[in-house]
Amino acid sequence: MTDSKYFTTTKKGEIFELKAELNSDKKEKKKEAVKKVIASMTVGKDVSALFPDVVNCMQTDNLELKKLVYLYLMNYAKSQPDMAIMAVNTFVKDCEDPNPLIRALAVRTMGCIRVDKITEYLCEPLRKCLKDEDPYVRKTAAVCVAKLHDINAQLVEDQGFLDTLKDLISDSNPMVVANAVAALSEIAESHPNSNLLDLNPQTINKLLTALNECTEWGQIFILDCLANYTPRDDRESQSICERVTPRLSHANSAVVLSAVKVLMKFMEMLPKDLDYYGTLLKKLAPPLVTLLSAEPELQYVALRNINLIVQRRPEILKHEMKVFFVKYNDPIYVKLEKLDIMIRLASQANIAQVLAELKEYATEVDVDFVRKAVRAIGRCAIKVEQSAERCVSTLLDLIQTKVNYVVQEAIVVIKDIFRKYPNKYESVIATLCENLDSLDEPEARAAMIWIVGEYAERIDNADELLESFLEGFHDESTQVQLQLLTAIVKLFLKKPTETQELVQQVLSLATQDSDNPDLRDRGYIYWRLLSTDPVAAKEVVLAEKPLISEETDLIEPTLLEELICHIGTLASVYHKPPSAFVEGSRGVQHKRLPGSAGSGESVESPDPGAAATETPPAVIPSQGDLLGDLLNLDLTPTTTTGPPPPTTSGMQMGAMDLLSGGLDSLLGGDIGGNPAMGAAFGAAPATMPASFNAPGSGGLDDLFDLGGGVGMPMGALNPPKAVWLPAMKAKGLEISGVFVRRAGVIQMEMTLTNKAMSVMTDFAIQFNRNSFGLAPAGPLQILTPLSPNQSIEPLNNLQVAVKNNIDVFYFSCQYPISMLFVEDGKMERQVFLATWKDIPNDNESQFQIKDCHLNSDAASNKLQSSNIFTIAKRTVEGQDMLYQSMKLTNGIWVLAELRVQAGNPNYTVSSVALAIGPIINQNGFENGFTNQAL
Amino acid sequence: MSSSAIFVLDLEGEVLICRNYKGDVDMAEIDRFLPLLMQHEEEGLLCPVLSHGKVHFMWIKHSNLYLVSTTNKNSNASLVYSFLYKIVEVFTEYFKELEEESIQDNFVVVYELLDELMDFGFPQTTDSKILQEYITQEGAKLEVGKSKVPTTVTNAVSWRSEGIKYKKNEVFIDVIESINVLVNANGSVMSSDIVGSIKLKTMLSGMPELRLGLNDRVLFGLTGRDKGKTVVMEDVKFHQCVRLSRFDSDRTISFIPPDGESELMSYRINTHVKPLIWIESVIEKFSHSRVEIMVKAKGQFKKQSVANNVEVRVPVPSDADSPKFKTSTGQAKYVPEKNMVVWTIKSFPGGKEFLMRAHFGLPSVENNELEGKPPVTVKFEIPYFTVSGIQVRYMKIIEKSGYQALPWVRYITQSGDYQLRTNV
Repeated sequence: MTDSKYFTTTKKGEIFELKAELNSDKKEKKKEAVKKVIASMTVGKDVSALFPDVVNCMQTDNLELKKLVYLYLMNYAKSQPDMAIMAVNTFVKDCEDPNPLIRALAVRTMGCIRVDKITEYLCEPLRKCLKDEDPYVRKTAAVCVAKLHDINAQLVEDQGFLDTLKDLISDSNPMVVANAVAALSEIAESHPNSNLLDLNPQTINKLLTALNECTEWGQIFILDCLANYTPRDDRESQSICERVTPRLSHANSAVVLSAVKVLMKFMEMLPKDLDYYGTLLKKLAPPLVTLLSAEPELQYVALRNINLIVQRRPEILKHEMKVFFVKYNDPIYVKLEKLDIMIRLASQANIAQVLAELKEYATEVDVDFVRKAVRAIGRCAIKVEQSAERCVSTLLDLIQTKVNYVVQEAIVVIKDIFRKYPNKYESVIATLCENLDSLDEPEARAAMIWIVGEYAERIDNADELLESFLEGFHDESTQVQLQLLTAIVKLFLKKPTETQELVQQVLSLATQDSDNPDLRDRGYIYWRLLSTDPVAAKEVVLAEKPLISEETDLIEPTLLEELICHIGTLASVYHKPPSAFVEGSRGVQHKRLPGSAGSGESVESPDPGAAATETPPAVIPSQGDLLGDLLNLDLTPTTTTGPPPPTTSGMQMGAMDLLSGGLDSLLGGDIGGNPAMGAAFGAAPATMPASFNAPGSGGLDDLFDLGGGVGMPMGALNPPKAVWLPAMKAKGLEISGVFVRRAGVIQMEMTLTNKAMSVMTDFAIQFNRNSFGLAPAGPLQILTPLSPNQSIEPLNNLQVAVKNNIDVFYFSCQYPISMLFVEDGKMERQVFLATWKDIPNDNESQFQIKDCHLNSDAASNKLQSSNIFTIAKRTVEGQDMLYQSMKLTNGIWVLAELRVQAGNPNYTVSSVALAIGPIINQNGFENGFTNQAL
Repeated sequence: MSSSAIFVLDLEGEVLICRNYKGDVDMAEIDRFLPLLMQHEEEGLLCPVLSHGKVHFMWIKHSNLYLVSTTNKNSNASLVYSFLYKIVEVFTEYFKELEEESIQDNFVVVYELLDELMDFGFPQTTDSKILQEYITQEGAKLEVGKSKVPTTVTNAVSWRSEGIKYKKNEVFIDVIESINVLVNANGSVMSSDIVGSIKLKTMLSGMPELRLGLNDRVLFGLTGRDKGKTVVMEDVKFHQCVRLSRFDSDRTISFIPPDGESELMSYRINTHVKPLIWIESVIEKFSHSRVEIMVKAKGQFKKQSVANNVEVRVPVPSDADSPKFKTSTGQAKYVPEKNMVVWTIKSFPGGKEFLMRAHFGLPSVENNELEGKPPVTVKFEIPYFTVSGIQVRYMKIIEKSGYQALPWVRYITQSGDYQLRTNV
């Protein structure tokens, strides 16, 4: 007779029936009924309605029945907290039962009932059980403290249970010690600062004694707890290691891994010249290898950990390459991990064997595995220089197989090999080019394009090859587009005569037809570089690249140290610190390996060849970095004197740069009517789109007003419009415009002229993201169709895309920085003075404004109308010094000193930008704008 | 620390039975498990740890069941998997077989066991022999209300109860060595090792103290004796009954054995051994027409020994048909569902060489699916012989009642992971 019969009652009146049976006088019937209830619970039916009836069965001398009722209680107490109180009396009584099995059962179940009201009734029974004569009850009570702490930490502290728990570490029974340690560790984990486990040599000794006697699980609890201890010196460290090493012979893999964790950590403190240190290293290898005969899941955990251990102490497993060879029937996750470790262990001594294996794997059928195997061959080439040639020829063999994903993967790694050994293996390029058509994955296409661009001078038809990619430019992924852009620019710099058209084409594709800001920015940078200074362009684009190294895929040393402290845990499996995936662990201290004893120096890796801790690995600069470098170059303001201080952030640099141009145009514009003010960014030639959008600044919804006809304040600057979009580029639509600030609102005035033959309608406008978060306040309102040769004006608003019935046109225009000066930019005198002094000299930039024939007062008034406020003025040696402040819409304050010498038309401006309030904080931006618009 | 809850699921992902240990992970999260598993499997990224949001699933599969542990902490993963396998072991000893039906048929005991095996995520008593002393399948026994915790549960000797009695005191020792070999397609041995295991069947009364003596080179080195052949054990793993610190200090294997059957120890030996059964295979595939297979098997062990139940498994393409065989001894059989030919030789004397030829037809329309290159695998068993030469020198049995007990020793060598790669 089996229990399955209890699952069969599915009638409608079931609950009623059960109720009757539960209240039956016959013991046997009662028990059968409870079993039926539990069966229903198991299959997910809600039987909580029977709560009182089931609890009534609790008082029984039948242990099996009692267990079932307890089980029911654990499941439903939370949903019936009031009724759960009914059970308290029985619990209390059961905790005093003569049978220890029942006492333990009661205290175990009590802790699982997570109802606040009940907890306080449980304190007395728990206190008794913690001092019970039977170790079975004590060990159960120890765990119950952790349970109670989870429900009500304060209560546990107030009741002094933590101290009792600490006392249990000295219990005579090893099982009790183990559970007490487990409970304390659990509590300490959720309260990192509680100093609960204040481990000292005495307690450590007790733990080490219990280690020899308790169950395999208890050994794990104790070892995991030991791993948190930091020995006082190398001698203590050694004596703990000596007592832990026997655990390496335990049959349970988890015990072994926990022991490895303790040893790996404490080993850090041992002097490297100590004999014992060498002995310990030798003792670690065999158990690690044996872990590979465990069940596949345990193998997986072991392999992930071995991966860490090999990085930290490569000498342990350096002779064990063979055990990581992949077996045909290994699960895929084991295969992939083994492969990774094989590469890490690859050295000149074993490379031949490794390569033979990798080649074997590359002909398997599992796509992911094959890919990784091909990639591994490339990594070997980079890691073991002597093997590079053999690796390359192996890769070429694989390319001959014409298996699509193998070819693509091979090309990706060959690119890296070129980076590591320039001018050595270029003879294979021809073979690679033969496979151009079969590449359909972005990474492989990008790699191939890189190769063509990099070796353009050796490939006769490089232009044709690249041109063929260009046809489908817009369908390519960003990775490929960026690579193609760079490759064509390289080609142009190497063979300028035949490729001018091609480079024009790709630049316009990148800058005008793309929505991707990265691509566009890179396009503009190349464009400017090429048009201003081809020599500089050559230096930048064709600069010698740093060699890549094998170490790029190593785990960052501090993370590695932390992960070593977490051997065996999920963190070591994920290769992520616990804070990355465990909620509420942010405040928890990151575990670190202890420093080596005596010297107090940081830990030295004994093998200098693989010393990840000493030399920070050279990392291939990503494309982003390269772009960053170029941007930095560009940002050097041409009008400032002296190089920009390296400490200033890009944001501040930008602000200063803008400022110089802004002032220039403000002052100059009124006086000379200088039409070239659009070139506020300094040296940008007129033919170039002169705007640079700082990448990555947040696009914000800002409030702008459309009201165009608001009266201008007296003396406000009214510069002439400039042509932003010539008719040639926009199928007949010409746009000219200007920015002005009126009544605290930034406005963009545009004149749209139809120079085409047909009528234009359906106008719309959109801005791209920009540094100051400007955006149109309303739609472009052009009600009447624009007939040929008609122009409309004025129109309010700013920047990039204008759409009509014909097409979407992109252009960029410069808004003078003065637009962004807000009305409340007048700084308190005292604040100004204090701030001015506090600013480091590095932040300062200087430039001159030429041909300005105003005296200082007139200039001051003029500037004030543009929200540049004069705070103070003093006269020194015939020079008027005006101290001025302005505030940008994003809350950046700019302070300036304007030096005016009577009779000299040139003004000297020293300016500094500083951020008051968060620059990058989005709210700051928004508030700034909202306040001002209101 | 380890598990928030343990679930037993059927292959459809339905919960058969579960136990919530900590209450910090929503029990409904388990519904995500199977879809997540499917998704990973489709992407070819199957992994023993899956995660969804802050919940991590660690799982194993056993027959038609998934055993899953959930957690939202940085659990000790190796402990969790060890524990899941321990559950399988305990349930198997209780129900003979662990599968969907046995869980349903015994749900009351399963609940009781889950309650005893783990508490608040900490594994507790997991020795099934001891558990069987106080958690029994016949509820009737318990009704007397007399059941007590066996002191064994919390004893330092938690694997053996007191008061065991046998009329005849005996202990049977099986020394079993498994040979793992990986041979390359060109015939060179890539890796080979021996995994040995010493199993006991103890039928001894009382609490006997046992000491096992092996021809362990380290031990002989320590004691200064140097007689006869010794063996270097690369790594040794012991049952928890063995006093590890004693072994660590003087290589003495001393223990109080569990009653009945148990694995006392296992060891690994790295010495390069000649593959005991050497296979040379020539597999010629003529696309669209036929496959011709020639396999030569050679016994590379002593003439006096005989390998029993030898099975040579040779892979064939999945679309092969109309098999024809010719063997110099034994029988060849085509097993289409595994895409292999199994050549069985009941008795294979050392030094002998046998031959098998097979011929398959191939369809004229080629199978588009890429097929892997499964290796040739071999199974065999050679009694009365260990490759490593390990020997049980003595087994001392001391019990306070002073009875005389007899140890019986048996040696077997068998194939472990025995793979020879092919060139097709």
